[in-house]
Amino acid sequence: MKRQVPLLITFIVGAVLVVAAFIPHNPFGRLGENFSLYFDIIAVFAFFLGGGNLVRIHSGRFFRGLKFYFMEIKKQGGFWPLKMLIAFPFYAMGGIEDRRGKDWFFSMVTLIGFFVMLWAGLFKIGNPGGWQGNVTAPGSLFQDFFMYVFTPLKATMYSLLAFFVASASYRAFRAKNKEATILLVTAFVILLGRTPAGYYVTFWLPDTLSFFQVPNLANWIMGVPNLAGQRAIIVGISLGVISMSLRVILGIERTYLGQDKD
Amino acid sequence: MQRRALVYLIGFIVLILAFVISMMARDSAVLEGFYITFGAFLTLCILSFLYKDNPFYKFAEHLFVGVSAAYWMSMGFWTTLIPNLIGRLHPPAVRLFLPAVADAEPNYWYLIPLALGIILLLRLSAKVGWISRWSLAFVVGTTAGLNFIRYMRSDFIGQIYNTINPLAVYSATDRSFMAMDSISAVVVFFGVFCGIVYFFFSKEHKGAFGAASRVGIYVLMVTFGAGFGYTVMARISLLVGRMRFLFDDWLGMIN
Amino acid sequence: MAFFDTIKNIDRRVIFLFIALSVIVPLLFNVIFPERITPIVQKIFDKIEALPEGSRVLISLDFDPSTAPEQEPMVDAVIYHCCQRNVKLYVMALWGAGQNIADATINRIITTHFPNKVYGVDYVHLGYKAGNQGLINVIITDMKKMYTTDVNGTQIDSIPMMRGVRSLKNMDLIAAFGGGFPGLKEWILFAGDPGNIPVAGGVTAVSAPLLYPYYPNQMLGMMGGIKGAAEYESELIRKYPDFEKMPHGGLEMMGPQAVAHVVIMLFIIIGNVTFFIDRKRKTRAN
Repeated sequence: MKRQVPLLITFIVGAVLVVAAFIPHNPFGRLGENFSLYFDIIAVFAFFLGGGNLVRIHSGRFFRGLKFYFMEIKKQGGFWPLKMLIAFPFYAMGGIEDRRGKDWFFSMVTLIGFFVMLWAGLFKIGNPGGWQGNVTAPGSLFQDFFMYVFTPLKATMYSLLAFFVASASYRAFRAKNKEATILLVTAFVILLGRTPAGYYVTFWLPDTLSFFQVPNLANWIMGVPNLAGQRAIIVGISLGVISMSLRVILGIERTYLGQDKD
Repeated sequence: MQRRALVYLIGFIVLILAFVISMMARDSAVLEGFYITFGAFLTLCILSFLYKDNPFYKFAEHLFVGVSAAYWMSMGFWTTLIPNLIGRLHPPAVRLFLPAVADAEPNYWYLIPLALGIILLLRLSAKVGWISRWSLAFVVGTTAGLNFIRYMRSDFIGQIYNTINPLAVYSATDRSFMAMDSISAVVVFFGVFCGIVYFFFSKEHKGAFGAASRVGIYVLMVTFGAGFGYTVMARISLLVGRMRFLFDDWLGMIN
Repeated sequence: MAFFDTIKNIDRRVIFLFIALSVIVPLLFNVIFPERITPIVQKIFDKIEALPEGSRVLISLDFDPSTAPEQEPMVDAVIYHCCQRNVKLYVMALWGAGQNIADATINRIITTHFPNKVYGVDYVHLGYKAGNQGLINVIITDMKKMYTTDVNGTQIDSIPMMRGVRSLKNMDLIAAFGGGFPGLKEWILFAGDPGNIPVAGGVTAVSAPLLYPYYPNQMLGMMGGIKGAAEYESELIRKYPDFEKMPHGGLEMMGPQAVAHVVIMLFIIIGNVTFFIDRKRKTRAN
């Protein structure tokens, strides 16, 4: 029952969608559309699942840390309520050395950020259109948090990669053999060719040798050998996706169901 | 340790004060200045990781996790749950939020995604979490069904078609034979063939097969080199974007 | 040899500093280079240029702030171009953050520079819906099953430009901007190919090489990264000189891009030189 029902659901849904591609008329066409609609709605519940799980993990960590912190303060004796209040920031910043309480302060930050953002979004705080307005309307608190909290954090996280790619290239990118040399030379052509620097390096070449001008070379690399290699990869991946999809629909692949003790 | 903790404490108090002041100045232009400064502060917190891991980075990282999760929940709730689920199951319930659809006819088929969605949420329970497999099965089945056809059509048949057609390229205007484009098309054909040969591991790469596999590796190395070049370009662009925010939006130093 | 060992074991924070300076200095000096459009970007430009007035263009913003520096210049340029051509814009998003970004973009480009454009007649914001490729699978046959209202809660049938639009097949062009999943590839697989609808767009530079196989049969054209945006902007300035008065992030970012690329290349060369010298030393020692 625990495994048979999900396998049946997967088979029915998958089979209907496959058949709907060939027989777009009712009932398959309509069923296929409806299944996609239901999929879209269930995806939103997955967001709530993720949020719920986050709250569960971080609140557990926070309360465990708080309890441990409380015990530490009480152990020291004295008037513990005042001590707890004054010593809190030092413990929070310094971190508690015991594993049980590590980083509990930052779990509190996560929870505060979560609930404040949720409050701003779910209740449309400051929204010019009120309850009926667009949740992301300019001027709403939710949009302000998006622009000045979410955006700087997310964008900067990804921009860190620029530094790491440079450092990793310096340490690891070595022309040790033929293949690595081809990779390196191609990368150089693309790095130069995709910037104005590439033009200035070879603009002096005559028209008969225009193919060897770096920007033209870069275009050719992208449009011919890169295309060939990417196409080979895409064909390989598509065969993998097709076979995996078939295995999932037919119930041969069951890893998504998890362990039996689950 | 105590002095460092004091420095961090002062930093956080200043931050909280700045935020509270900005919330009080809700209607003022000063608010935008505080917001941008707060955004710049968060940017610098993340960038401080380049020196070494520190509580400011941890603070920003944990804040990001919480804000991100709540963001997706809020967006999903207002854009999909309200109009597409509740607005269809029981339209009068959304009269306050979407009066335009409040008089529509209810559609009780949407009890199915409601049930599956609630079942998915039961994953949080250790006791009955197993039932969330039903919802997962629906999601996995939908994805498998959609991907099976689309990948076969566009990524398999479509790509093979594009590889072999055309090999001889003629101009669309005067139907003249285009030698350079035809040579490129043939090179692509052989490149794709050799690349696919490389990925065929059921036969030993010897003789002509091995030679084709070797060519395939070289083609793939060119592909990866191009990929690396573009990846560097992408990462640098993101960094330029952030620096523009800091030096233009925040400090106003760019002319 | 002490110098060689210093270079070989250089602290990565020194490399970070060089990268930061290579970006900041050209940015402060506002170095801008001219750009030439490549055929893969030209195809998109020509397509929009050839669209008759009143054509329907779907713009899908499938990215978030992490890739916005690359994608926003592309989106701004295409929306500006479409407004100049007086085509009808249907703005939507497959990513949640795309809705926020769409609001800001509409404000920045349409409301500010084309105040004569009327919401609901010339452009409409349909917003974000969850579902990824499932969403595309629905709207390729029936858009109104997914979008009962626009982003402001207005009944979809009461919006003038939605009358006569039943599905994606009524669109003259789908312009998708994204770099992850779902993105331009999903639009090709789930809308362009099955519905025979022209699909073009812009992607992050990371994704651009992966999409070349779809060009030109399955994908009309593509802007790859900030370079693609800069090429489109340069062509737009050539054709519509007024665009030069507006901020064009693509062209502005190419200067720091060029310097940073050269710095990274120098580091790779230095790394390889130290590697070969080190290898020679070890061989001699053996």
